[in-house]
Amino acid sequence: MKTISAVTGNEAIAEAMRQINPDFSAVYPITPQTDLMQKFSSFHADGYVSTEVVLVESEHSAMSACIGAACAGGRVVTATSGPGLALMWEMLFVASGMRLPIVMPVVNRALSAPLNIHGDHSDAMGARDSGWIQIWSENAQEAYDNMIQAFRIAEHMDIRLPAMVCYDGFIISHSISRVEFLSDETVQKFIGDFTPTNSLLDIEKVVSYGPLVLTDQYHEYKKVQNDVISSIGEIVLKVADEFEKVSGRKYSLFDSYRLDDAEIGIVILNSAAGTTKDVIDEARKKGIKAGLLKPRFFRPFFYNEIAEALSGLKVICVMDRSDSFGAFGPLYTEIASSMFHMKNKPVLINKIYGLGGRDYLPVHAEMVIDELSEIAETGIVNHYKEYIGLRE
Amino acid sequence: MRGSIKLKDISEKEILLASGHRMCSGCGAAIVVKMVLLASDYPIVACSPTGCLEVTTCISDYTSWKIPWIHSAFENAAATIAGVETMHRVLVKKGKAREDIKFIVFAGDGGTYDIGFQSLSGAMERGHDILYICYDNEAYMNTGTQRSSASPLGADTSTSPAGDVIPGKTQHRKNMTRIMAEHNIPYAAQASPSHYNDLMKKIRKALEIKGPKFINILSPCNRGWRSNSNDAIELSKIAVDSCYWPLYEIENGKTTVNHIPKEKKPLRDFLKPQGRFSHLFKENNIHLIDQLQKKIDEDWNRLLQSC
Repeated sequence: MKTISAVTGNEAIAEAMRQINPDFSAVYPITPQTDLMQKFSSFHADGYVSTEVVLVESEHSAMSACIGAACAGGRVVTATSGPGLALMWEMLFVASGMRLPIVMPVVNRALSAPLNIHGDHSDAMGARDSGWIQIWSENAQEAYDNMIQAFRIAEHMDIRLPAMVCYDGFIISHSISRVEFLSDETVQKFIGDFTPTNSLLDIEKVVSYGPLVLTDQYHEYKKVQNDVISSIGEIVLKVADEFEKVSGRKYSLFDSYRLDDAEIGIVILNSAAGTTKDVIDEARKKGIKAGLLKPRFFRPFFYNEIAEALSGLKVICVMDRSDSFGAFGPLYTEIASSMFHMKNKPVLINKIYGLGGRDYLPVHAEMVIDELSEIAETGIVNHYKEYIGLRE
Repeated sequence: MRGSIKLKDISEKEILLASGHRMCSGCGAAIVVKMVLLASDYPIVACSPTGCLEVTTCISDYTSWKIPWIHSAFENAAATIAGVETMHRVLVKKGKAREDIKFIVFAGDGGTYDIGFQSLSGAMERGHDILYICYDNEAYMNTGTQRSSASPLGADTSTSPAGDVIPGKTQHRKNMTRIMAEHNIPYAAQASPSHYNDLMKKIRKALEIKGPKFINILSPCNRGWRSNSNDAIELSKIAVDSCYWPLYEIENGKTTVNHIPKEKKPLRDFLKPQGRFSHLFKENNIHLIDQLQKKIDEDWNRLLQSC
């Protein structure tokens, strides 16, 4: 039985966590994740979950405890945002290096300084090379759906890697929207039982976790890590297929919107994609052949598939809600890499938007589409990288 | 507690830290780990932070640990074992793990007094059922003898070298055992490998107590202390007899001194055989030995008064 409710993004994810009923969860508050874990703690206090909750003293310890718990052999969840994810940075690598299928919602937030608690992708982009699978979500519904699928992907025996489920701080975490929930039984059946591997608690089969590895082997370990995360596409699609059967909602490696016959396109992550789609609809009414591509995964990055989907376009604007100072935005860099080997490359420009929760408005998308149309016509590019939505 | 400690019984038990590890000969930490594991009759899951013990006992593809063991990073042994211990509770409830497993951290002073302090304090406050053992060799020996907050006043370390102007470390060591006891944990103690019976009794007692336990064990390091490789036990004995390293335990707030030396030896006897203190015996630094002796006496009197 499906239930439809009006909930915030954090409430939707807390509900997913209740339905998943993980064995272990480490909890530490940080805005805008706080009320997600508050809600989950209430479920715990009221006996709706059998999860053991550990109220740690920092995000670093949250991830450390998750690593210990995952090595002990159970289903493990925590959540964080912005600086919390930054504090976990060292341990993110340990979790992926040990192949621990920990699932973690990341409620995207800016990094200091200056201090800013609002929506921004700098946190997850900072963790992009940590070996974690990154699944990005446009709205609360996608965050909920991705959260459930994340367990199947992370825990797949051929993958066994940690996964973060990203959604925008405040814009999604605190806004109320319509979310269609699956039944508890459907979620439980979909994720299935957890299968431990090499449990620390197996006294009969003794294991050592976390060895020192010297120059004779480290290189090979890292190559294997790359091979594993790079190979998840097929499993992601299979999980999405099964998820569609129980939910009616279709997911893939990325979302294409009116891209088939498009001449100009925007590539953008998370909530801003929704606004952009509306503006594209308006542009289409005017006869402008605009489309959008929204990656669902940032790690691994599905270069070939995305390049193929964008290959017919003349001009593309890649929009980043985070920056790499002195360089292009991180999403732009990936898109540029994916297209580099193509014979007829589209013109590629980069816009940095919405940092620290700055509003991304339809008018901004309109301006970008106008600029793309002009470039398509004239071939003249004035700015390859530009900040938009700046105050005058 | 499972019976008294008899040498004959212990000698028949399997040593759970296999030989062939790469610790220095005469290393105090190796002795401590073997004693602790011999003392336990329970299955143990252990955790170590990054440090001497970790890098010498588990270099891929080899391990010296005959028990389940985990290392995740330097500053988080307490948080890591807290996760393991918590998952144990879950899996026992589900009938998926045996109930009698005990959880022990073996950490050096750097990973305990300094960088690991936050996660240790957090784990103690939350009341995890773990035994945290610090093998205290009084500096960062793994990275080349840099000073830690466990290094005593005047110690010549690679980051507090005894120079012409500054005579080694300028601060007294942190009293970690007391700090841990102030977390209101049911058991905190100090032990020394020279007094193996006392040490192993404390381990056995601690393993019977539910909740967080902390045992600080002096662990001579002949590289860092610049002493002979065969004098770890002798040096730790002098440390106890000079009251530099008193043997005591704090059980539910009640302090007991386990060993009162018949004749309290001067601190010089502990300092003299160690190269890290040799500069203190020069005329212009001799006042530092007096300062150290004064601190040791004060701490000892304070300890006796707290009983």
